[in-house]
Amino acid sequence: MTHFLSQVPTYLPILMQGVYLTLLVTLGAFVLATVLGLVWAFMRVSGIAPLAWTARTIIVVVRGIPGIVTLFYIYFVLPDLGLSLSAVQAAIIGLGIAYSPYMAEVFRAGIEAIDRGQTEAALSIGMGWDLLMRRVVLPQAIRVALPPYGSTMVMLLKDSSLASTITVAELSLQGKLLASSTFENTTIFTLVALIYLAMSLPLTAFNAWLERRMRQAR
Amino acid sequence: MSIIELRNIRKSFGTVEVIHDVSFSVEKGEVVCIIGPSGSGKSTLLRCINGLETYQGGEITVHGERVDTGSSRIRQVRARVAMVFQRFNLFPHRTALENVAEGPIFVKKEPREEVLARSRELLTRVGLGAKIDAYPAQLSGGQQQRVAIARALGMKPDAILFDEPTSALDPELVGEVLAVMRSLADEGMTMVVVTHEMGFAREVADRVLFLDGGVLVEQGPPDEVLSRPQHPRTQDFLRRILPS
Ligand SMILES: Nc1ncnc2c1ncn2[C@@H]1O[C@H](COP(=O)(O)OP(=O)(O)OP(=O)(O)O)[C@@H](O)[C@H]1O
Ligand SMILES: [Mg+2]
Repeated sequence: MTHFLSQVPTYLPILMQGVYLTLLVTLGAFVLATVLGLVWAFMRVSGIAPLAWTARTIIVVVRGIPGIVTLFYIYFVLPDLGLSLSAVQAAIIGLGIAYSPYMAEVFRAGIEAIDRGQTEAALSIGMGWDLLMRRVVLPQAIRVALPPYGSTMVMLLKDSSLASTITVAELSLQGKLLASSTFENTTIFTLVALIYLAMSLPLTAFNAWLERRMRQAR
Repeated sequence: MSIIELRNIRKSFGTVEVIHDVSFSVEKGEVVCIIGPSGSGKSTLLRCINGLETYQGGEITVHGERVDTGSSRIRQVRARVAMVFQRFNLFPHRTALENVAEGPIFVKKEPREEVLARSRELLTRVGLGAKIDAYPAQLSGGQQQRVAIARALGMKPDAILFDEPTSALDPELVGEVLAVMRSLADEGMTMVVVTHEMGFAREVADRVLFLDGGVLVEQGPPDEVLSRPQHPRTQDFLRRILPS
């Protein structure tokens, strides 16, 4: 234990470089997955058959491919097609795409949980589709979708370690590199695990708090 | 000119026709009550009038304008015919005041302060001056339905459609909602009311329509239709629901 503590000042700064990339990839992919997920979800609930069908197909296809393969595809195959991305860009885009079906399902479940009477009341005061969504359905759907949305972010934080497979020196890869050069496996991987926990626990707590608050607001 | 006019309306769900060739019109300031057994198509008919349902045959017009759910004008048409639902359908995430102000501010783009002032007056008028900032969940059913009526009024509609507005209420709360509706009728609001409240129909309606199996069986002034129904199906229906 004292050995562990004495080593922390040495390794922590190096690992923090990995933390920066982990956060960057997580947040970037989270934003992209949210945007794409919203698009798929809106297409599915649009009532326009070709849109709904397209979204459903995208969701099935993307969900049927392991995230790691999506990453490889974007990082290694796209350059052959003339589109080169940095490893970090590829990680963000790949994870964003890989996570978009989960987001879509979270949003769709939220939207569909809203009573039909709400839609009818909105239509009967002359709202069109965008006002109906913006003013009536989404504010209520968010309450339903927020808890699973938050857990998706925690999952994504952990899965950002997949970016290491395409050379992004995020926290897990940084830890592995450091361990293989110092042989301090126990210290370093314990530290890595603690840092992941330190990032995910506050998120989890924040989610729980938001969920409580949303429920009280009704 | 009639405010609402239905000519030979036919409506089907899939292959099942549930409204058969129904025609009637509603004049300005008129209160029309629609009665009939469960499943006779009363709600469906109302929902066709403000375009919540499509219809397959005939034509519905509001102020001469065709109600067509496929048309880009449907939103304007809907905004002119307000609807009060059996289950209130208030927006649960908005206060009473916000529920009333929502349509005028966001749909009709009226000046916010003006709308809020008018919405307060409307809530006071339905007896909820003290509940302006309450959320629907904090209100009784009767209070919620009165907010819903204020919401309908906030749109300054040409007519209000009521679909069994008191059926979801505890018996002791029915009176307060009917009282508000009665005062609207007295002020000359054009109303189409689907109801099982025969007392209300008798006292307030200018005309009563009896619908059975999607057919408009009989219509006329309340004391004729309710007291001296001509058609055996009307007689039979009234015998069953009116304690004699
Ligand atoms: N969305 C729907 N899909 C299929 N059939 C429907 C739908 N809505 C209503 N119907 C059918 O249409 C007929 C008329 O229903 P409607 O709800 O208009 O009757 P109602 O007179 O309002 O009855 P109630 O007094 O029970 O409210 C019924 O046979 C009903 O089963
Ligand atoms: Mg009904």
